[in-house]
Amino acid sequence: MPVIQVQSICKNFGSLEAVKDLSFEVKEGEIFGFLGQNGSGKSTTIRMLLSLIHPSSGHIEIFGQDITAHRNQIAKKMGAIIERPDLYPYLTAKEHLQLFAKLSQKKISASQIEHTLQQVGLSNRASDKAQTFSLGMKQRLGIAIALVHQPELVILDEPTNGLDPQGIADIRHLIKDLAKEEGKTVLVSSHLLTEIEQMAHQILIIHQGKKIAMGPTATLLDPTKSLMKLSTSNDAAAREKLASSEFAAYLLEREEGIYITLPTEQIAALHQYIVNAQIPILSLESKRSLEDYFLQITSQSN
Amino acid sequence: MWSIIQIELYKIYKRPRTYIAFGAIAALIWVIQMGLKIDGEAYAAFLMKDINNTLVVDGKVLNGYLICYILLQLLLVHVPLLVALIAADMLSGEANLGTLRLLFTTPYSRTQWVLAKFIAASIYTILLLIWLAALALFLSMFIFGTDDLFLMKSNYVVLIESQDVFWRYVGAFVFASFSLLTVTALGFLMSSLANNSIGPIVATISAIVFFTILSTLNIPLFNVIKPYLFTTHMNNWKEFFDIQVTDNNEAITGSILNIQKIKTSLIVLSVHIILFVGASVVIMKKKDVLS
Amino acid sequence: MKVKFIAIIGLLLLVQLKSISQTNPVIEKVRQKLALVNDYVAEGVMKTDVSFIKASLGKVKVYYKKPNLIKVKKDGGISLLPKGGVSITMNSLLNTNQYIAIPSGKQVYDGKNLEVYKLVPTDDQLEWVISTLWIDPTESLVYKTFTTTKENGSFEITMEYGAYAAYGLPSKIIFGFNTKDYKLPNGITLEFGDEAPISKEKAKKNKKGTIEITYSKYTINKGVSNASF
Repeated sequence: MPVIQVQSICKNFGSLEAVKDLSFEVKEGEIFGFLGQNGSGKSTTIRMLLSLIHPSSGHIEIFGQDITAHRNQIAKKMGAIIERPDLYPYLTAKEHLQLFAKLSQKKISASQIEHTLQQVGLSNRASDKAQTFSLGMKQRLGIAIALVHQPELVILDEPTNGLDPQGIADIRHLIKDLAKEEGKTVLVSSHLLTEIEQMAHQILIIHQGKKIAMGPTATLLDPTKSLMKLSTSNDAAAREKLASSEFAAYLLEREEGIYITLPTEQIAALHQYIVNAQIPILSLESKRSLEDYFLQITSQSN
Repeated sequence: MWSIIQIELYKIYKRPRTYIAFGAIAALIWVIQMGLKIDGEAYAAFLMKDINNTLVVDGKVLNGYLICYILLQLLLVHVPLLVALIAADMLSGEANLGTLRLLFTTPYSRTQWVLAKFIAASIYTILLLIWLAALALFLSMFIFGTDDLFLMKSNYVVLIESQDVFWRYVGAFVFASFSLLTVTALGFLMSSLANNSIGPIVATISAIVFFTILSTLNIPLFNVIKPYLFTTHMNNWKEFFDIQVTDNNEAITGSILNIQKIKTSLIVLSVHIILFVGASVVIMKKKDVLS
Repeated sequence: MKVKFIAIIGLLLLVQLKSISQTNPVIEKVRQKLALVNDYVAEGVMKTDVSFIKASLGKVKVYYKKPNLIKVKKDGGISLLPKGGVSITMNSLLNTNQYIAIPSGKQVYDGKNLEVYKLVPTDDQLEWVISTLWIDPTESLVYKTFTTTKENGSFEITMEYGAYAAYGLPSKIIFGFNTKDYKLPNGITLEFGDEAPISKEKAKKNKKGTIEITYSKYTINKGVSNASF
C-alpha cells in the first residue's frame, strides 16, 4: 500500500490553475523527490497533502486514509517543513521542540528532544531564542520540528534553502539516514535537480502545475545521456554544420546557445567534428540544471 | 483541547507584547490615583459645584469606591484597544509569522485551534480585567479607604451605602468581562480575515472607535441604530450603580434601577460573541493557508 | 406741629419696641426650656428627599453643645445636609439675646393654636437675616421656623415632639430648603446613554428638598467633647 496516493488533484486560485490533474504515489520507506521550478505548483501540492489548502478537485489518501475525513489521525504520523522555516521568535530551539512534541499527542521524552536537536546539529544552541538564528539554523530547527515526534512520513519542502554547502550535505545525509536507518518515508521537494538526484529513489517533476515526468531516479535521469552546451566563435555556422551532420538528431531547438543531448560516449566525437569543421570552440560543457533538464525532456517528448 | 489551550496561553505568556497592556493599565491607574491623592479634593469640589450650592456633603466623598468608579469610567473605554492588540493578532499574527501552517498540520482540527485560541485570548482578557480590578478597586480601597459611594451622574446623584457597593463592583466586573470578550471576539473575527498583524488590530480598534462615537453622539439619526451597536451595550456596567427609589424618594438598598437593561445588554453581547467566534471558525475552516 | 408729630411717632415706636423686646414671655419660656440642655447626643434616622438625589435612609448621630456647636454625623458614611441649615438650630437662634422679637399674630397649625413671632437680629455678625417662629405658648415648644440667611437662602424647619418635649427637643425634624439645578456635562460623567428622566411628579417639587431626621434617643447633659464637632 502506498503511503501517499494522489489522484488527479487540481487547484485553482481564481482563474489561475496552480495544479492541474496531478496524480502520483509514494511508497513506504522511499525518498520521493519532488522537482519543479519556483512557482511550478510544488508548494501548493505539498500544502494540499498537509490539508492546508483544499483541492478544487481530486482525491488524496495518506496511509490509506482519506485526508479530509481522517486528517487528525494522519497528522499524528506526519512531520513537515513547508517552504520557509517559520518559528516563534520569542521561543528557544528547545522550547519549540517541547511545544511541538506536546502538540503531536505522543509521549516524547526529553532525551528524544535532545536527540532530535543533535540530529540537526543544534545541540549547542538549544537555549537560544529563534530570533537570534541565521536562516540556516532556522531551517535546521524547522526540520527538527518535523522530526521531533518520530513521524512515519516526513514532508520536507525545500529543506536546504538558505543552507551553506556543508549544511546541504548534512541535511542530505540526514534524509538518507531517515529512510535507510529509520525506515521513514520522505517526500522532499526542491528546485535543484542535483540535490534531488543524489538522494531520491523516485522523482516527480512538475512544470506549471502539470506532471512532466515521474519515475525511478536511475531511469528518469538517464546516465548514458548528457546534455551539452556548445559555445563557439560562430554559433550560427556551428549550428548549420551540426544540423547537416550525424549529430542533427541530438540537436535541441533553442534560440540562444547550442544544446545537444547525446550518448555520453559520443561527446568526444562531437568535439572532434566541430574542430574538424574549423570552428573555434570557446567551451563545451555538461549541463545538469533543472531548467536544462526540462529542455531535454520536453524536446524528447516532442 | 486543554493542551492546545495551555500551549496558546504559554505563547501569550512568552510574548513581550502581552505585558504592554498590563503595564499600560498599571501606569494609567497609578497616574490617576496619584493625581487624585494629591489634588483630588479640587476635583471633587469641581464635580460637586452644583450640589454645594444647596447642600453640604459631609464625609469621605473621595474614597476608594468613587476612585474605582472614576477609573473604570476612564479605562473601560480604552482597555478594549489593549485587548485588540492581542486578540486581533491571535490568528493573523501566526499567519504572518508563518507558524499557523505548523499548527494546522498538527493532529488538531482547525475548529479546535480557533476555539483554543479564542479561549486563550479570553483568559488573557479576563486576567487583564482582574488586574484592572485589583489595581482600580483593591488598591484604591487600600489607598483611599472605603465609604459610601457618592456618585455624581449627569442628571442626578446616587448615594449608595458602603456595604451596598462591593457586590455592585463584582457585578460590574462580570459585566465588563462580557464587554471585553465581545471585543476579543471581534478582534478574532478580524484576525481570521487577514494574514498580517497590523491590519486586524487597526480594523478592530477602528471599529470600536467608530461604533463608540456613534453610541455617544446624541443625534436622532444615530439614536435609531444605537440599540443595535455592541458598543452601546458595553458601557452598561454603570447600570449596577443606579438604584431604585420608593415613592418617598428613598433609595432601596441592594436594588438596581434597571436590571432588565443589564440582562438585555448581556444577551446582546453574548450573541455578538457567539456570532463573531462562529464566523471565525467558519472562515478559518474554509481558508487556504497560503502564508 | 412738625416737631410734635415727630415726637409722637417717636414715642409710639419706643412703646412698640419695648413690647417686642427679648423679654417677651413666650419666647423667654421657650428659651428657659432650651437652656435646660447643655449638651446632647441624639441618635436618629436621616432621610434625604431631594429630587436629584437618590439616597437611602441612614443612621445619624447629632451632637450638640452650648452655645451653638452642632454636628450631624452619619454612621460611617456620607451625609447630605442643607447648606448652613443645621447650624441654625432653635438653640442657636434663641441662645443669644441679639434679636428683637415681633409678635405677628396667631395661626392654627396641625390642630394647634400657635403664636407667630418674627425675630430680627440686632447683631450684624449673625448669619441669619430674619426668622419666623411658630410657637405653642402652652407647651413652650417651637413647631416651625422659617429662616432666611445671608448666604444660604431660606429654609424651613418643622418639628414634632415626643418623649423629650420637656427639654424642648423634637422627636422629628424636617429641614425644607430650596434646591438649585443639578447638571453635570456628559463629557465629565462620561455617560452617553439614555439616562432615565426625572419623573413628572419629581419635577414638580424639583426645586424643593427636605431632609428629615427622626430621633430615637437623646442622651442629655452627659457631656460631649469638643472633638465631636
